[in-house]
Amino acid sequence: MGEIYDIIIVGGGPAGLSAAYSAWENGAERILILERDREVGGILQQCIHNGFGLHHFKEELTGPGYARRCWKLIEDKKAVTVMVDTMVLEVREDKTVLAVNPKWGVMELRAKAVILTMGCRERTRGAIRIPGYRPAGIYTAGAAQRMVNMEGYLPGKKIVILGSGDIGLIMARRMSLEGCKVQAVLEICPYSNGLTRNMVQCLQDYDIPLYLSHTIVNIKGRGRVAGITAAKVDEKMQPIPGTEFDIDCDTLLLSVGLIPENELSRELGLELHPLTGGPVVDQHRETSISGIFAAGNVVHVHDLVDFVSDEAGIAGKFAALLAKDQLPELRDDIPIQAGDGVRTCVPQHIRRGARGETVRLFMRVRRPMRKVRLEIRDSETLLVSRMLPVAKPSEMIAVDLPAEKAEAVHGGLEVTVREEV
Amino acid sequence: MAVEKRVLNCINCPMGCEITAEIKDGIIEKIAGNNCQRGEVYTREEITAPKRMLTSTVRIRDGVLPLLPVVSVRALPKEKVMECAAFLRQVIVKAPVRAGDVVAANILGLGVDIAASRDMDSRHAQKV
Repeated sequence: MGEIYDIIIVGGGPAGLSAAYSAWENGAERILILERDREVGGILQQCIHNGFGLHHFKEELTGPGYARRCWKLIEDKKAVTVMVDTMVLEVREDKTVLAVNPKWGVMELRAKAVILTMGCRERTRGAIRIPGYRPAGIYTAGAAQRMVNMEGYLPGKKIVILGSGDIGLIMARRMSLEGCKVQAVLEICPYSNGLTRNMVQCLQDYDIPLYLSHTIVNIKGRGRVAGITAAKVDEKMQPIPGTEFDIDCDTLLLSVGLIPENELSRELGLELHPLTGGPVVDQHRETSISGIFAAGNVVHVHDLVDFVSDEAGIAGKFAALLAKDQLPELRDDIPIQAGDGVRTCVPQHIRRGARGETVRLFMRVRRPMRKVRLEIRDSETLLVSRMLPVAKPSEMIAVDLPAEKAEAVHGGLEVTVREEV
Repeated sequence: MAVEKRVLNCINCPMGCEITAEIKDGIIEKIAGNNCQRGEVYTREEITAPKRMLTSTVRIRDGVLPLLPVVSVRALPKEKVMECAAFLRQVIVKAPVRAGDVVAANILGLGVDIAASRDMDSRHAQKV
């Protein structure tokens, strides 16, 4: 265990696997992936539906299929070692990683660079404070997905789903296919938070009603969920008295958002962004501590795994260059501000090096808009201007800032998305 | 005969155009609301012969997990999807299985195979 790795990757989901492949492609020689589950692939192993990979692999794959493709790229690489059943306890500033598994006990591992790819976890009932008793039959959509798709249990027969994010919609279809009755999907926003494709193929196909601007004000039942009370909400998302109605169900699934999983980052003292919930990163996906990189849902929650792989590819490449002492020297630091219409933008800053490189920005808008103009400007000039027919909070926008423009930036950058008048 | 109007949401891109189709005597007379050609193609197929991919699970004996995820190798007629899913609830396979192995050939005589979407080792053959 005295060996020094080039790169240690914390988490063997799609981000970790893609980072490892990219690091290998860029010449890293000793790459170690630490995975706490009994196999790699992460959440994809329970996402048995298809629609993954169209951007990254130019082919439509299921979740397990996508995980397998990522794994096949590194499976035979001598440079890459994987430890499963391994829990990382601590990542230190000097790139020491403390981990434990049943075979080796507690290990102190050392690396030149660390890539954090821990992904995200679901918000729970506690996070949204629904009143009522605490009966059995309330699950996060992802927990139910794991039960139904991997473990062989049905969480219930008559289902209500709160939240119209993609996991909620996918589970509405999945439960229907397994013979359950999905009574309704409730969404507190006045618009759906899922892809149109999922609205059509997961709800409309199965005649499942979607209530927009609605939430749950009470959960009934003591031992087991016996129904819920729904109500319409106003513009401030507060329930409107007098609009309550009951829906009969034995199970409630919550699809109410995801939170990047950053316990390790927090203990390490990484700077975290208040809106993304993930580490603040530069264009190489290097965090506020030199040699610690981060990519995928741990940085900001993605809607497409394809973009996770792209982003992990960036982190893997620059972690490899750092491990080989080939990372270009970085000069000044340019902040990127999320301006009008934009909620978050990753990376949050660019560290300009001696060599110019294209910088890809990933952003989310604040609200659904049609016919918008996306602009990137510095303190003096407009650098990028693009028309988009539609922009939705649920669909991340990727825009490239060409190398020669990134090279000539004055002051800070601001990204805006405004409706055309 | 009366003209039937159908409203569809196109799924080809994030635009999600709301498309209205007018159908008379089973023939599509007018398609409006789409912003591109793909919307028209989608509308025609959705109205005349809608198809869906099916993903589900089947039970697996001796596998490291009790369930094996499966996928239709091509899209199935939409109206047959529920029946196919019900059929798959009765299928039991035996580990080991490789991704791509057919678990239900020519399901319900529809000319489409259902295949494993991952490898599943036997739990008796697990490496130490």
